Amino acid sequence: MSDITRRRLVRGGLAAAAGASGLAVAARLADRYGLIPPDHGNLYGAGDSLTYAAQRLLTRHSMAREFPRSSISKTPFVNGPPPNDEAFRKLQAHAQTDWRLAVDGLVARPASYSLADIRSFPARSQITHLACEEGWSYIAEWTGVPLAYLLSLTEMRPQAKYVVYFSVEKDWWDSIDLDDALHPQTLVAYGLNGGDLPLGNGGPLRMRVPRQLGYKNVKYITRLTVTDDLKRFGKGLGSTAPEFGYSWYAGI
Amino acid sequence: MLRKEMPEPAHRQAHRHTAVVRATHWLAALCFLALLVSGLEIVLSHPRFYWGEAGNVTTPALFSLPVPASRATVPTGYGFVLPDQNGWSRSLHFEAAWAVVFTGLFYVAAGLYTRHFRNNLLPAGAGAYNLAQRLTYLFVIFVAFPLAIWTGLAMSPAVASVLPQAVSAWGGQESARTIHFFLTLFLVAFLAIHLIMITRAGFGPLVRAMITGRTQNKERS
Repeated sequence: MSDITRRRLVRGGLAAAAGASGLAVAARLADRYGLIPPDHGNLYGAGDSLTYAAQRLLTRHSMAREFPRSSISKTPFVNGPPPNDEAFRKLQAHAQTDWRLAVDGLVARPASYSLADIRSFPARSQITHLACEEGWSYIAEWTGVPLAYLLSLTEMRPQAKYVVYFSVEKDWWDSIDLDDALHPQTLVAYGLNGGDLPLGNGGPLRMRVPRQLGYKNVKYITRLTVTDDLKRFGKGLGSTAPEFGYSWYAGI
Repeated sequence: MLRKEMPEPAHRQAHRHTAVVRATHWLAALCFLALLVSGLEIVLSHPRFYWGEAGNVTTPALFSLPVPASRATVPTGYGFVLPDQNGWSRSLHFEAAWAVVFTGLFYVAAGLYTRHFRNNLLPAGAGAYNLAQRLTYLFVIFVAFPLAIWTGLAMSPAVASVLPQAVSAWGGQESARTIHFFLTLFLVAFLAIHLIMITRAGFGPLVRAMITGRTQNKERS
């Protein structure tokens, strides 16, 4: 082995060791600052984690674009029919009296709100873009109570890290980190374009997370659970989306 | 074996591509293949294109591709719906995008350091490529790929929230998506012509040169 080859080997080995330990340190730091998504343990974990970490660092306090009234799409596209079972139809028919939104988990004052309660809270309206991962989109005015308001009302505990939200559709629940949960534009929405939120668009209550794609905006929500550990829910991936191959974080 | 024991004189065994050029070429090729396959798969879920900020099946399309879709909500004229493959396609697309961005940054940094651009790609250099080749390579490296990354990012609601100008520069998120598609068509056309030219000039020697970095003078073309 010539001197030059040996020197190159040593140098390459040192560079590889430095690179590997650099990556390990970066991964530990990212984990400590909540920059690793709960569904990182697969083939695409590196890409998903880079996307989540990069977008989190850049968009911690950024505001989703809001549009003038003239931009509102003529039709807020309805992507698929609502649940068709008897229980849902009954609940929907008596929503004003029977629909409840429970808030539990890491909160000092767990609560259960009726639609009237939710409508009595300070409301926010915003004209935002809703984009589906498939590529279509529409712009609409959404009205609702900021999720942050419900979390302060129920006195979220300091160790909280995520808010999990459940729907009457058992296979569609999701969660967001506190950056999105406390974001002023994240709404528990009940109104669309000045009227009640139509059934097809997720009425009576839909989570509206305008800095993420459509599938994070779960329809027909009934329960919010504040937690510090997503492993306790379902398969531990933070959402049902990863079970269908979709990433938990949908900022892109 | 004979050749190994008796190395050819330097002028017969030209050093055609540096290790950085070879490694980044094949990494970029691999990433592009992954981006292309996953991108086409994603398009199948909504093979309609729009202009402006918003568009869906209730609004007129700028154009639509005559292919079946992987969603029942898209009217395609076909009597069947393809299986949904968007989950892994999206994750692979973004992972390959990260990889090609890192590869590209490394290539550009190394290219500036080693004067690769000045010597081999800028029109006044003295390397092996003709003017059309130089301009095409420069356009692919410094215009088409960066624009594809930009239009891709412009589709992201999170990026739009922090850099709205990145979206409005294109006239909206659906416009960015449409341009992203046309950039893909351009890059596919480039790849096709690139492969045809390489085949005509000698596929084996040129591919070997891009793998080993060495080529014999008579094979330089």
